[in-house]
Amino acid sequence: MKIYRSHVLVCGGTGCTSSGSKQIQEELAKNLKKYGLEDEVQIVQTGCFGLCAIGPIVVVYPEGSYYSHVKPEDVEEIVSEHLLKGRIVTRLLADERVGDEVKPLEEVDFYKKQKRVALRNCGVINPENIDEYIAMDGYTALNKVLTEMTPEDVIDIIKRSGLRGRGGGGFPTGLKWDFAHKAVGDKKYVCCNADEGDPGAFMDRSVLEGDPHSVIEAMAIAAYAIGADEGYIYVRAEYPIAVDRLKIAIAQAEEYGLLGEDILGTGFNFKLSIRLGAGAFVCGEETALMTSIEGNRGEPRPRPPFPANKGLFQKPTILNNVETYANITSIINNGPEWFASMGTERSKGTKVFALGGKIQNTGLVEIPMGTTLREIVEEIGGGVPSGKKFKAAQTGGPSGGCIPAEHLDVPIDYDNLIEIGSMMGSGGLIVMDEDTCMVDIAKFFLEFTVDESCGKCTPCRVGTRRMLEILTKITKGQATMADLDKLEELCEHLKSNSLCALGQTAPNPVISTLRYFRDEYIAHIVDKKCPAGVCKDLLQYKIDPAKCKGCTLCSKVCPAGAITGTVKEPHKIDPEKCLKCGACMEKCKFGAIYKE
Amino acid sequence: MKKSFADLMEIRNKTLNRVNLRVDREEGIRIVVGMATCGIAAGARPVLKAFSEEVSKRELQGVTVAQTGCIGMCRLEPIVEVTVPGEEKVTYVHMTPEKAARVVAEHIVNKQPVAEYTIGAAE
Repeated sequence: MKIYRSHVLVCGGTGCTSSGSKQIQEELAKNLKKYGLEDEVQIVQTGCFGLCAIGPIVVVYPEGSYYSHVKPEDVEEIVSEHLLKGRIVTRLLADERVGDEVKPLEEVDFYKKQKRVALRNCGVINPENIDEYIAMDGYTALNKVLTEMTPEDVIDIIKRSGLRGRGGGGFPTGLKWDFAHKAVGDKKYVCCNADEGDPGAFMDRSVLEGDPHSVIEAMAIAAYAIGADEGYIYVRAEYPIAVDRLKIAIAQAEEYGLLGEDILGTGFNFKLSIRLGAGAFVCGEETALMTSIEGNRGEPRPRPPFPANKGLFQKPTILNNVETYANITSIINNGPEWFASMGTERSKGTKVFALGGKIQNTGLVEIPMGTTLREIVEEIGGGVPSGKKFKAAQTGGPSGGCIPAEHLDVPIDYDNLIEIGSMMGSGGLIVMDEDTCMVDIAKFFLEFTVDESCGKCTPCRVGTRRMLEILTKITKGQATMADLDKLEELCEHLKSNSLCALGQTAPNPVISTLRYFRDEYIAHIVDKKCPAGVCKDLLQYKIDPAKCKGCTLCSKVCPAGAITGTVKEPHKIDPEKCLKCGACMEKCKFGAIYKE
Repeated sequence: MKKSFADLMEIRNKTLNRVNLRVDREEGIRIVVGMATCGIAAGARPVLKAFSEEVSKRELQGVTVAQTGCIGMCRLEPIVEVTVPGEEKVTYVHMTPEKAARVVAEHIVNKQPVAEYTIGAAE
């Protein structure tokens, strides 16, 4: 096997692919050839490094130089300077590594507090090469389980590790496996939920793109533990790169006999297939997902019976999230005590979060449970950009809630988040600054659930729509305090009467914003004002005559012709015609235009 | 081809060398070739290639071949530094591909530095 003296790792995650990493790879290959280095330097396409905000990312080993924002025209310089002459191209290094001194990745603020378990191979190995996964101890856990352990042993280890479902609910994984193991059936199934639907969440996608074999191996282990011989990965079709890499990984595992019949010569059989989701949010709900795999319209069904007894095709089934599976092999290899040593009393291990919104380092992070929100936002995330004030963080997507600044120091785990009115969710974490209107945010999530409600049960189908109507009235300044009472009553009604989690949790964004930002709702209703200046119907753009120099620039950019005035005289905005697009305010050189 | 666990271990060990370059950069033996303009002009490229080839051919574990900039003694190029953990760094000068093969065989494999190629012998 050929050994290369240098490895150039190019991120092939979705984030960096969309900022042009494919082109970087081509350019690299071309330049390596040009300088005669193709036999010495290897290009490796990896999964996500986590710092999507500064992509495309290129890392050169053995030096560990971390290049960010690499453009195709920079590639030749990297090849001719760094790879040929050993001179690091400092101008391309990510911020904290100025000078020739290259800080190891682990010491940069962004990585320092992270602990990568589920993401251990992301950004390290080539996900399309099973040998590299095997080199990182891949498939040793499966061998250990098949040759040294009984199914009961496996379940016991998972139980003792304290692992809880990473999809959002936080149900103990070992217990789930135990139920399915004890369920009687001639056929059982193992399923993987990769239908990641929360807006702004991309943890599962990154695991599948960066380390697909870790999920495949864990599913085989789960199958052995419950006595299944067939499995499905339900992944959304909007993740083309993840789907491709999964297909490649399954084919490679089959070729090596790690999937299929008589795995590793132990007589254990496991067949794994992929099913593509067509983009319905409700299909992330376990019963709807299984109905969809069966070939029917993706609608939830009442529980009980629980999937552990009657799941896919009415057979005992377990369904775990991608990130849950990504933890399994490490638990088998390192022992349950190792895993349980991380995290808090009731939430063990680590959790991956997708950081988004008003934050410096947009990207993917994995932290031990019990890390505070402040550490994530301020230290790892680099804080809110352009000196704005942190207002709230949204976790759990449309099922979760907003956490205000006063709770920044709460250690993050399943139970604490529920206590402060949010939930872990799958791991989307959207940061909001002072310019965000909380009523508008609640409205945004309700718009999402109205679209995604499957329509099977009335509380969800009709309730979400009525809630959205009230929220719209509030943002338009047409609501009364009686509407607010009605809204709260609806919240309770949806929570207790909806068929599945989609409807039961749909009111959460409203409930949590009402809990912490009630004054904003009241400002909209009583004062007819939007304190953050977001809701257009409650805004008016005005010109301060003292500051206006009459330069006429605003009247030229106004698309509605709403601004009038003579040259060198203060101008005026006609509120009847104004579209509230803000173009005039953006263009004014004197800061004379304001909104209130 | 269906694999047994022994086959997997073989793949693991073979691939490890390719991957661990990216994981721990501190441990293991490092062979560093001076590749500034002076080094390249004096013939450092074939030397570097010879080192990489020898290391691959012998399937040596935990050996990194890397390049660096100008060490400052351009007249002695090509210069190669070999660092074995726990031992003092050895600097070889006026290297050639043939000398590289001998350094790998004697120094890396048999742990006996080739004294006659070192900077001490040249000065």
